[in-house]
Amino acid sequence: MKLNLHIWRQKDKNAAGQMKTYTLDGVEESMSFLEMLDLLNEQLIAAKDEPVNFDHDCREGICGACSLVINGTAHGPQEAVTTCQLHMRSFKGQSDIYIEPWRAKAFPVVKDLVVDRSAFDRIIQAGGFISVNAGGVVDANTFLISKNDADKAMDAAACIGCGACVAQCKNASAMLFVGAKVTHLASLPQGQVEKKERVLRMVKTMQDEGFGNCTNTLDCEAVCPKSIGVSHIAKLHREFLAASLTTTSNS
Amino acid sequence: MILDAKIPSGRLEDKWREHKFNMKVVSPANKRKYHVIVVGTGLAGASAASTLAELGYQVSAFCYQDSPRRAHSIAAQGGINAAKNYQGDGDSTYRLFYDTIKGGDFRAREANVYRLAEVSVNIIDQAVAQGVPFARDYGGYLDNRSFGGSLVSRTFYAKGQTGQQLLLGAYSSLSRQIGAGKVKMYPRTEMLDLIVAEGKARGIITRSLVNGQMQCFYADAVVMATGGYGNVFFLSTNAIGCNVTAAFRAYKKGAFFANPCYTQIHPTCIPVSGDHQSKLTLMSESLRNDGRVWVPQAKGDKRNPKEIPEHERDYYLERKYPSYGNLAPRDIASRSAKEACDAGKGVGPGGLGVYLDFADAIKRVGKKVVSERYGNLFDMYKQITDENPYEHPMRIYPAVHYTMGGLWVDYLLQSTIPGLFVIGEANFSDHGANRLGASALMQGLADGYFVLPYTIGNYLASEKPGSFSAFKTQGESDLQKAKERTQKLLDIKGKRSPSSFHKSLGHILWNKCGMARNKTGLEQALREIPALREEFWQDLSVPGTGQEFNQQLEKAGRVADFLEFGELLVRDALTREESCGGHFREEHQMPDGEAKRDDDNFSHVAAWEYHKDKDPALHKEPLVFDAVKLATRSYK
Repeated sequence: MKLNLHIWRQKDKNAAGQMKTYTLDGVEESMSFLEMLDLLNEQLIAAKDEPVNFDHDCREGICGACSLVINGTAHGPQEAVTTCQLHMRSFKGQSDIYIEPWRAKAFPVVKDLVVDRSAFDRIIQAGGFISVNAGGVVDANTFLISKNDADKAMDAAACIGCGACVAQCKNASAMLFVGAKVTHLASLPQGQVEKKERVLRMVKTMQDEGFGNCTNTLDCEAVCPKSIGVSHIAKLHREFLAASLTTTSNS
Repeated sequence: MILDAKIPSGRLEDKWREHKFNMKVVSPANKRKYHVIVVGTGLAGASAASTLAELGYQVSAFCYQDSPRRAHSIAAQGGINAAKNYQGDGDSTYRLFYDTIKGGDFRAREANVYRLAEVSVNIIDQAVAQGVPFARDYGGYLDNRSFGGSLVSRTFYAKGQTGQQLLLGAYSSLSRQIGAGKVKMYPRTEMLDLIVAEGKARGIITRSLVNGQMQCFYADAVVMATGGYGNVFFLSTNAIGCNVTAAFRAYKKGAFFANPCYTQIHPTCIPVSGDHQSKLTLMSESLRNDGRVWVPQAKGDKRNPKEIPEHERDYYLERKYPSYGNLAPRDIASRSAKEACDAGKGVGPGGLGVYLDFADAIKRVGKKVVSERYGNLFDMYKQITDENPYEHPMRIYPAVHYTMGGLWVDYLLQSTIPGLFVIGEANFSDHGANRLGASALMQGLADGYFVLPYTIGNYLASEKPGSFSAFKTQGESDLQKAKERTQKLLDIKGKRSPSSFHKSLGHILWNKCGMARNKTGLEQALREIPALREEFWQDLSVPGTGQEFNQQLEKAGRVADFLEFGELLVRDALTREESCGGHFREEHQMPDGEAKRDDDNFSHVAAWEYHKDKDPALHKEPLVFDAVKLATRSYK
């Protein structure tokens, strides 16, 4: 395969960026998308040009580091797949590929295709946990949890924190990410004690970080590599409303 | 120097309990005066950092990823062992201990392994309390599955994402402490050196991967949870960023490196598809619960597997190891796959693959149940290979996965440098020469939640807190050296990329120090690696500068350390004139091809000490077995 790659280049957070075009030959269908970029970088290094920076680590679809908007879609054309698991056979017959970073006010560009997603960490720090210290807990089988509830919690907990939901949303909303964590913990008996404070604090931080609101376009679900559904956003609304109406302190 | 493992006296069952009581304790009011650095935020690092903060210590945590949630523990698929005996199938602390010692081919410390088995049950309780959604049965109780090297079902799991869920549990605890201001978190920051002053670990040198800024951080103790060195082979199941730099820098500052030749080659990975490949993907060992491994009986049989009748297939694990069958330990399963392929019976492109077949399981329990158990793994396989494993048997081949070797630590998880503690995969202590499946998560969390937080107190109690000014001279000098080294990489301005050198190193190690090793090959590697290293320092090309986000520079620094470390690994493999666990020396095998240990001469930990101008020195820590009898490992 021979490709024209149109890639976003940006020196740092404050510099203006631009699309730049590279021609790449020798791409094989069995290559992963990131291996295709490795190949490009090898050629750029050989030509004393500056290689393209992009986030990646596990390359097996679980760490959530990789984050490219490919031809306008976060994580590219295939459903339920991260960029690192995308293979070039999905681009058969195409000659041009456009590669951009996640774009959202809350995710500033660090360099080229790399963005700063620490806002997600701060949302979790605000309440995405159960307050328990190491040691002194009850036996694991003390809580009986129906298979159904356990599976529901697991489906929500499968979120890899990649941020594709934000990147694809026209409002740059983080509600799928927040909803998944709220649902995960609210589905379990261990998560009940703090559930009101949790949702209030996480939503407040989400707003403070500059993420937008949900207007039901469902783009987030469509691009989520772990197929996390928008029902979690409904659950988030429900939990938030219930907590807002029944909490008096301004925590 | 005599290596003192500081193993407590007394009965095996009492050692840890009594030791906890005998250790010095820092009072709650004084804990906040001590500052601890934790490097790495995988299972071991995140659990240690959060637990230390819960106890009241001031903690600074560092990771190279953009978030602590991305450490490679997240990729562990199958499960975590614990001696809960919830299945009532005869499990016990002693059985988990024994299985682990035997699985490690009698090359681990009894006392450490027993403690691991003992605290394993607390880990499950802790994880459930954090909200980790382990699989449940219809009655709401926790479910278990079986893993290799064991005849009981003691593995807890969360679909095929157990590592992810446990890491996110530890990450949530860590996040809670960061939010509370008890842990200061430094993501996208890499450790480049250890500051050692007056014989003790006093801090680290770091480089920000965002803007290249290098600085010193001082502390009363340093905890390294920096993972394994599997990426020295270039292709492995590790994340691309996993590296040996922190551990190797500590080694150069005086921490002994133990058993570097103990590397685990995992039997079930997706085979290499071409020269462009950047990493290998594991297919969880849990698949061997239901999948049957086979090759055609005839050499070079290119037929579609479905057309090969039952009597022309060789289910070689079931044939050779009838009692454990497809659940033979990893080292044995890997070597058997290699044997089959070396005999010309391999399948797929290049003949480097064997089948892992689910046809019988699908017939027995139905496609739906198989999909519930392994759906995400099947999807991943299809994504990578473009083949549907529900229809066509998977093709698998062994790949580098885990490293049992690591920095030497005593029973208190302290290295040979006082004040430097090493936990998780980065240390060497619990898995001997081969790690059993579902034991890495167990060890990382045992160290981080339940062992280190106690043992570090014993050290800190005799240290005066916060007296850092005395070490500034040493710190500044180390910082200067680290800066010079980084600049040196940029100044070479040669032709070859960091990755191309890494790939060359990987070829040498995989071919000469991989699944099977021999004297001739190892000696060749000992000549080839230094030559490659020399070329690296003459012909490396790193574009850009050191004062910006520069992924090639990060990579170059890591490859430079791999190029030195690889030699140590080979040296250890050459010196260990026996076969044990993942270390298979072709000269030392039984007539039937099984590994042949030499307990008279090699029942020891090989710990290597760095010397600047001469070869590293070997120190031996004898392994003493009081509770178990040394035996030839048999899974037949």
